[in-house]
Amino acid sequence: MPITAEARERLTADAAEIVARYPQPRSALLPLLHLVQSEEGHVSPDGVAFCAEVLDLTTAEVSAVATFYSQFKRRPNGTYTIGVCRNTLCAIMGGDEIYASLAEHLGIVDGQTTTDGMITLERVECNAACDYAPVVMANWEFFDNQTPASARELVDSLRAGEDVAPTRGAAKVCTFKEVSRVLAGFHDGRAGEGLSAGEPTLRGLRLAREQGWDGGPVRTEPAGVGAAAAGEPTPRGGVTSAHDAPPVPARTRRRAGTTAGRPAAQATTGEDAPGSASAADGTEEA
Amino acid sequence: MPTPLTPVLSATWDARDSWTLDAYEKQGGYQALRTALTMEPDAVVALVKDSGLRGRGGAGFPTGMKWGFLPKPDGGPRYLVVNADESEPGTCKDIPLMLASPHVLVEGAIIAAHAIRAAKAFIYLRGEVVHVYRRLLAAVAEAKDRGYLGANILGSGFDLDLVVHAGAGAYICGEETALLDSLEGRRGQPRLRPPFPAVAGLYARPTVVNNVESIASVPSIVANGPDWFSGMGTGKSAGVGLFSLSGHVTRPGQYEAPLGITLRELLDLAGGVRHGHELKFWTPGGSSTPLLTAEHLDVPLDFESVAGAGSMLGTRALQIFDETTSVVRAVLRWTEFYAHESCGKCTPCREGTYWLVQVLRRIEAGKGTEEDIEKLLDICDNILGRAFCALGDGATSPIVSAVKFFRDEFVAGTHTPAWELFPYERSTLFAEVPAR
Ligand SMILES: Cc1cc2nc3c(=O)[nH]c(=O)nc-3n(C[C@H](O)[C@H](O)[C@H](O)COP(=O)(O)O)c2cc1C
Ligand code: SF4
Repeated sequence: MPITAEARERLTADAAEIVARYPQPRSALLPLLHLVQSEEGHVSPDGVAFCAEVLDLTTAEVSAVATFYSQFKRRPNGTYTIGVCRNTLCAIMGGDEIYASLAEHLGIVDGQTTTDGMITLERVECNAACDYAPVVMANWEFFDNQTPASARELVDSLRAGEDVAPTRGAAKVCTFKEVSRVLAGFHDGRAGEGLSAGEPTLRGLRLAREQGWDGGPVRTEPAGVGAAAAGEPTPRGGVTSAHDAPPVPARTRRRAGTTAGRPAAQATTGEDAPGSASAADGTEEA
Repeated sequence: MPTPLTPVLSATWDARDSWTLDAYEKQGGYQALRTALTMEPDAVVALVKDSGLRGRGGAGFPTGMKWGFLPKPDGGPRYLVVNADESEPGTCKDIPLMLASPHVLVEGAIIAAHAIRAAKAFIYLRGEVVHVYRRLLAAVAEAKDRGYLGANILGSGFDLDLVVHAGAGAYICGEETALLDSLEGRRGQPRLRPPFPAVAGLYARPTVVNNVESIASVPSIVANGPDWFSGMGTGKSAGVGLFSLSGHVTRPGQYEAPLGITLRELLDLAGGVRHGHELKFWTPGGSSTPLLTAEHLDVPLDFESVAGAGSMLGTRALQIFDETTSVVRAVLRWTEFYAHESCGKCTPCREGTYWLVQVLRRIEAGKGTEEDIEKLLDICDNILGRAFCALGDGATSPIVSAVKFFRDEFVAGTHTPAWELFPYERSTLFAEVPAR
């Protein structure tokens, strides 16, 4: 499906808006690829050529980038991408069973699309919702705590053209093209829909409230405290110094109390030696 | 004696429409920004140094010190980049934080940009969470409307433009230099360091890259003072952090507590390992941190103590697995992840992760050979310390630690498939018919 002249005109205006966000035009490439995907449902040779033209790159340069990222599709995508998390935690909690059940139910395997063009099935990596495992993503909206039956129901509803609400997300799952346009940075006005948080997100907070462990008045007298502290920076080395910090505020004393009997944290590798730039960024772990 | 939880970042998450500017301001939001804008940038850096805040993205580098590394302003641009790529397996704190409270991140970013004298900042969000992207876009628009972003913020003379940028699915883009390449519109591949981003980061200009939770911690530190923050936690691990429990636990979720809380204490709060089962192994901070077992239940979860126990605090992503779980299966799946996400730039990681998967698949299927365990360790040895970035090192963590604690299971992989030793359906959280 080539990009029509009419679409080109629209996309060109959108592209100018995207490019204007960045100090250097090439930074616009990922959002531009999301944009062409919102027009065609995948990144076609036309889409690649469009991006190349906007940014004055070669099509080879654009393709090299497009093929690096798993969200950019080289073949026409279904209206809905159903991504089953198969990373270790979700897989073991039941993601593998959910995936197998969906594959059988839909008659397709990884990366394929149903013949009606509605569903593309994918295995996805950890989507940062492990406390809701097993997780299924529909066009990058969260479906939490899934089972094989609930996942089959989800795809059946979507194929039947029904609106389906994610567990945490917009009021309904939008189409792949619509979502691609949002990812290009064009707001669809749905931010106000849906929850702030699911139950697992709030568990620690709720428990703390019940127990009266409120962490203290987090925002009391901001100006006073902050300004005073700022006025007289203490002469400490600047590294962490909780152990020699003078009086602990009342509300945190409990914690300090519980740690008092513990061995002082075993000094280990000498990482983060002050001023050591290589320790600074060389020793990181995800 | 359970250790008290200490909601700071999570304290506003249950408010009505918590993601809106009105709700955030009602809870005192943007007051810290007003305070910070009356301070000299260097004073804000000093304050964050004094708080003892260490990076919450995994490595634990002191945040104020990182800010202090930027060279003196030379009139050219400087950048703040917030790392919101959260993709380390097991890690699930930044995404719910941004969904519920995008403004605390926006406020923190404005304060941090002021401190490092940046007029342009980016939030690099992984692309696979569209609703979080909507919430961030809306929060930035609201903040702009109310004069917290844009030119001459609150009459202070400080200007800041904040752009929320969506990635497109690549774990490696969480590595800060790969992230910068990706933000420049390239394949996300790590850069040689030095030069460090502080000196030559985005567009080769001085750049600070910080994790979402690090930046979101800044407003409360400004509001309550550095001593308040450093008074919590243990030793060199100051303050509070989000601990994310997942897996075979009765009440998985986010538990915000002072650093130094133990898994035993957290499990008590979360109702323990799922009913009728017991703890087998767990990760303290995502899949790149070596596995620990029940013998480590009382290790204080702070940077030094977890390192002392042979692992890393990482992102406080506590993935809990009970006795039904095959460690071989778990480790194989993580290894497939690393092989899939390896950017291919360096040989030890690109080739090594490929071969690790081949060997582990044999072992899972009960077709391993006598030499396979040594082969695994040997390949790991050839990756660790020889890979170009920490992804390769991280890939070896689950394997080496699993062999250390559960060698028998790998040996069993020479004759019996893992799914016979540990019928997989017993590990699921539902009772429906299994697949295999
Ligand atoms: C493979 C890999 C993935 C990473 N992913 C993330 C991530 O998703 N989020 C993050 O904040 N840091 C991640 N990091 C760590 C970053 O490189 C960097 O240390 C961090 O963003 C610095 O922020 P902090 O000092 O505030 O922790 C990753 C590192 C590696 C090697
Ligand atoms: S270690 Fe792996 S991810 Fe990192 S640069 Fe090498 S190939 Fe790329």
